[in-house]
Amino acid sequence: MPIRLDIATPERLAYSDDVDEVVCPGVEGELGILPHHAPLLTTLGLGELRIRKGADQEFFAIAGGFLQVRPDRVVVMAETAELGSEIDLERAHEAREEAERTLEVAYLEPADLARARAGLQKALLRIRVAERRRREGPRHHG
Amino acid sequence: MPSLKDLRGRINSVKSTRKITSAMKMVAASKLRRAQAQAEAARPYAERMEAMLSRLAANVAGRPGAPRLLAGDGADRVHLIVAITGDRGLAGAFNSSIGRQTRNLVRRLLAEGKTVKILAVGRKGRDYLRRDFYDAMAGDMMFGGRRTIEFAQAQEIAERVSAMFDRREFDVATLIYNRFHSVISQIPTERQLIPLPPPATEGEGKGPGAMYEFEPDEETILNRLLPQNLAVQIYRAMLETNAGFYGAQMTAMDNATRNAGDMIKKLTLNYNRTRQANITKELIEIISGAEAV
Repeated sequence: MPIRLDIATPERLAYSDDVDEVVCPGVEGELGILPHHAPLLTTLGLGELRIRKGADQEFFAIAGGFLQVRPDRVVVMAETAELGSEIDLERAHEAREEAERTLEVAYLEPADLARARAGLQKALLRIRVAERRRREGPRHHG
Repeated sequence: MPSLKDLRGRINSVKSTRKITSAMKMVAASKLRRAQAQAEAARPYAERMEAMLSRLAANVAGRPGAPRLLAGDGADRVHLIVAITGDRGLAGAFNSSIGRQTRNLVRRLLAEGKTVKILAVGRKGRDYLRRDFYDAMAGDMMFGGRRTIEFAQAQEIAERVSAMFDRREFDVATLIYNRFHSVISQIPTERQLIPLPPPATEGEGKGPGAMYEFEPDEETILNRLLPQNLAVQIYRAMLETNAGFYGAQMTAMDNATRNAGDMIKKLTLNYNRTRQANITKELIEIISGAEAV
């Protein structure tokens, strides 16, 4: 029995389909969800969201948000959600270099430091998700 | 009686005005489509957020440790009004109806002896409200003329509002914006943001699906959900304002184009009559001149 997965961001509905398994980046570690999971409400962190659908796999880069597991469906409400194949790898690399350059400066205001760190983490995540997509295409992975 | 030359000039001027208004109407129509699509795309998130929040809020409300954003302090002395208008004009009564609504609310609150602060979003509203309530202005923000409205913009406003709330600079926050009812009708709407009014969908939270596990716990989740909800509410209002603005502008420009057409018709009639009268007058002069010879 498949589960219905909705991934919504404030700006759009990023994904809505029946899937077999979802692995989410929970704040306290990864969280795998299979059909008949108990109803759950939790918060999500920055990380990779994996979707398995039959023999196919898809990857999303997710930043912050909430996960709601209901008997009939799984709702992911993320602040941003990008499908691995849609990520612009070049731009992600640029963002990473930019953040690294900022972090090399000897002293930063705490707010700037936090922003640069978050930017770096996000860029690294996007690179990881985009490259994973490239390495293990959906076909040869179960 | 204006001369033929004057009339010709006026007809040409109205004609070029009509060209501008009809071009603006066209532009507004295409921007309206995009704005509507954007508002549509944002709906799933907002609806799910609302459902989740009302379920959680029903569980936590009334408990002593309820988050301030949800329950407030019980005080009702200082009001913050977030008024959202467009950045630009030429949209009929779109911006001024928000101005009027805000002014009425401010007057009413002042008459009740409350203190009022205003945060204006959109250039038109800022200009309008600053004129009347200079001392009450707590800040302003613009849409910034981007093609799309980004969630980050709403987040920035929400952060400012919650920072003010954390500093206890107000007790109650109300949002005033134009609800997008249809392309030709936008309704000025007030919506209380803080404290959050109890959800209208009563009973849903008590259904069999309400038995959730929470990780880490309800309060923690609620404390993350509430600021997010604030941003989502503001984002939604901004999107509706954007769509409504182009709807109003399209209607206004459609009217203006029609009026210009009527005006051209009237002026052309007048022009032809005057021309005919001149010809008749000249003929009479020629004939009576010939008779006199």
